[in-house]
Amino acid sequence: MTAKAKKNDGVMCLSIMDDMTIYNAHSLKETLLGYCVPSTQELQLDLSAVAEIDSAGLQLLLSLKAEALKRGFTLRLLRHSEAVIEVFELLKLGTYFGDPIVFPANWKKS
Amino acid sequence: MSEINPALETFSQEVDELLTAMEDALLVLETTPDDADCINSIFRAMHTIKGSSGLFGFDDVVAFTHEAETVLDKVRNGERAIDAELISVLLACKDHTAQIIQHTFFNEGEPLPEELQQQGQALIAQLTGSSLVVGGMPTIQQEKADHFEVDVNTTDSSDNWVISLAFEPDALRNGMDPLSFIRYLQTLGKIIEVVITMPTLPRIEEMDPESCYLNFKIVFNSSADKKTIEDVFEFAEDDCDITILPPNSRQEHYLQLLADLPEDQLKRLGEMLIEIGALTEKEVANILNEQRDEDKEETKPLGEMLLEKNILQQPVIEQALKKQEAVKQKINKESNYIRVDAAKLGYLINLVGELVISGAAMRLMVDKHGLSDVDDVASTMSHLVEDIRDTALQLRMVQIGETFTRFQRVVHDVSKELGKQIQLQITGGESELDKTVVEKINDPLTHLVRNSLDHGIETPAERMRAGKPEKGTIQLNAYHDSGRIVIQISDDGKGLDSERIVAKAIAKGLIKPDQVLSQSEIYNLIFEPGLSTKEEASNLSGRGVGMDVVRRNIEALRGSVSVDSELGQGTTVTIHLPLTLAIIDGFMVEAQNERYIIPLSMVEECVEMSSEEWQIDEVQHYVNLRGQVLPYLRLGDFFHNNKKHTRVQRESLVVVRFGETKAGFVVDELHGENQTVIKPLGKLFENLNGIGGATVLGSGDVALILDVQGLIQHAKKRVNPALALSLA
Repeated sequence: MTAKAKKNDGVMCLSIMDDMTIYNAHSLKETLLGYCVPSTQELQLDLSAVAEIDSAGLQLLLSLKAEALKRGFTLRLLRHSEAVIEVFELLKLGTYFGDPIVFPANWKKS
Repeated sequence: MSEINPALETFSQEVDELLTAMEDALLVLETTPDDADCINSIFRAMHTIKGSSGLFGFDDVVAFTHEAETVLDKVRNGERAIDAELISVLLACKDHTAQIIQHTFFNEGEPLPEELQQQGQALIAQLTGSSLVVGGMPTIQQEKADHFEVDVNTTDSSDNWVISLAFEPDALRNGMDPLSFIRYLQTLGKIIEVVITMPTLPRIEEMDPESCYLNFKIVFNSSADKKTIEDVFEFAEDDCDITILPPNSRQEHYLQLLADLPEDQLKRLGEMLIEIGALTEKEVANILNEQRDEDKEETKPLGEMLLEKNILQQPVIEQALKKQEAVKQKINKESNYIRVDAAKLGYLINLVGELVISGAAMRLMVDKHGLSDVDDVASTMSHLVEDIRDTALQLRMVQIGETFTRFQRVVHDVSKELGKQIQLQITGGESELDKTVVEKINDPLTHLVRNSLDHGIETPAERMRAGKPEKGTIQLNAYHDSGRIVIQISDDGKGLDSERIVAKAIAKGLIKPDQVLSQSEIYNLIFEPGLSTKEEASNLSGRGVGMDVVRRNIEALRGSVSVDSELGQGTTVTIHLPLTLAIIDGFMVEAQNERYIIPLSMVEECVEMSSEEWQIDEVQHYVNLRGQVLPYLRLGDFFHNNKKHTRVQRESLVVVRFGETKAGFVVDELHGENQTVIKPLGKLFENLNGIGGATVLGSGDVALILDVQGLIQHAKKRVNPALALSLA
């Protein structure tokens, strides 16, 4: 199981429970694709459990965002993990996704 | 006439050079009408001539060149477009200028003759009156607008590197992680901005999450050089298309470096850009590969490709090209810096010739008296003498290219006159040969080129009918082959009609009707006096005088000429010439107590002959050389026909080669290499068979220089005709 979901009035909340890397990119894509349906108005992704993210994972997020724009639903990224923040910082992606990023208190100290 | 003062002489030389430069530039303009350098050089020619003429008070010249200059100034400022018509007029102006200057020189103070005046006025009218259209303006403005846009694009990046990465779909599967490269990049500087694009991304349903759709554009601030940045992506190279555009501040840095590059050596554009660090070797190699792969028809120059691929900003490339041009000019200028009277050079070479002979005489003395302690000194000296000889001859060597390019004008004028479309291709222009030879080859060459223009190339209509491109091509080619220079004049015209040549030759009584001739023998009949296959003589050629003169001129230079042709496909005339007429490396042999010199460059090998081993077939007249049939000549017998030959114990065979043909000379003794100063034989001996000249040996004896080509012909004639077939 790579993700688990809660459903609430067209607002889907999905927690990614695994790394977002090339190794599970296929299954992750299938899961995400399952939520790209007309009934979805907002998709929330909880990224707190993503311990590792690579280009494939990033690419998935980007294409999901593109898909959301096309279908007209909102994609919200929540609770970015350290790994995700690091990549977003590197590529200055924060503004593209437009979600508030909460930095953990112990950021970059560990 | 002899009282021309030195200043005038300089002026006349300068005018000569300027006018030649102007003509060259005009001809270049024909193909590239907006070459600013050419326009400038034409303008400069007129401008300088006007200025200098003013100094000498040549008012007629000033008046005329002023008009030309005014028009050229307009061209230069883009107020007047340059077209084929204007180019012809300007060519005529160039000729006219030369004429009036010539006139003023020799008839100082006298007014111009009527015809020259009229000619000048007609030209001025053509220059100014006819088409003063302001056609050039809009295009130039348009160009400027384009320019501006490009500039905006590049300045956009202000002071940062712009790195574009386009990953191949398989990049992720191959274990690449683009993020890791970018992370590593961070260690070299600051990433200002990243733009991610996914131009090929399909809808999420069809997307393959293991394929890579990512393209990055990274704005990067770093003081690292291009090579270091490129190295970051070294491993990604196969899976990624990388372009690294240097920041503008770098650009200034590059421009500075370019300006500081030493100007002593001509480099290629790529080499220069690598040297200043604007390009990496890898980038150049890639671009060159691509250039090679592209359609042969339209290969773009390196600079253009660099711009197109956005690897370097335009100013850097422009600057590099300018620098290259400057170096080229500087080198050119330096190389023809000293003017030396040709007679002085000739005298020097004569002296060197004498030096070579007395050097040989000294060598002989040393050997004779066995002075071992002098031996070293003598060897050093003969080395030096050899060097002096080579350098002295080198002084007189000129590239044949200059002679070739003169034909551009001939081709241009004549093709216009005949209503044909002909282009001249020149290859091997850098081959060098003695100036005296170059001067003498000019006339025969002109004749041959005119022949090709007139007889060889058909009219456009005929060419279309024959399925050939409308535009005919004449090729001038030169290359070195075994110490001689080979000049080829070929055209893709209608070729020689062997039947007509034979018919004509029979009619003229040159051959008998039942005579059997090989194809090449037939073609070479055109060099016989009185033979022309053109039905009507034009003012260019076709009167049947000429080809025999061509052959005589070339043979007077110890050269040879032959022709090959294919009906409907074209004709090639090949001229073989010695590189120099003064001193050669010779190979000395002895036969019947007489010494002979064979030009060393024609000697293939020497073989010791014991009659059992080398089967000499005295009846069929050939030698079996390792299974090869080789015609031979016994030099002793050939030159002393009436004397009874006294066989020495051991004979040697010297195998000589001329072009494609080989023969063996049987001699009594080999004496080895010898520096041979060629002395012409007197008038009396001019027509001697097989002898090309004579030389004086160190001992004071005279040795004869063999005319190898003639002797090979003799040797071949003696071979049984049945065998001769297998020789051809």
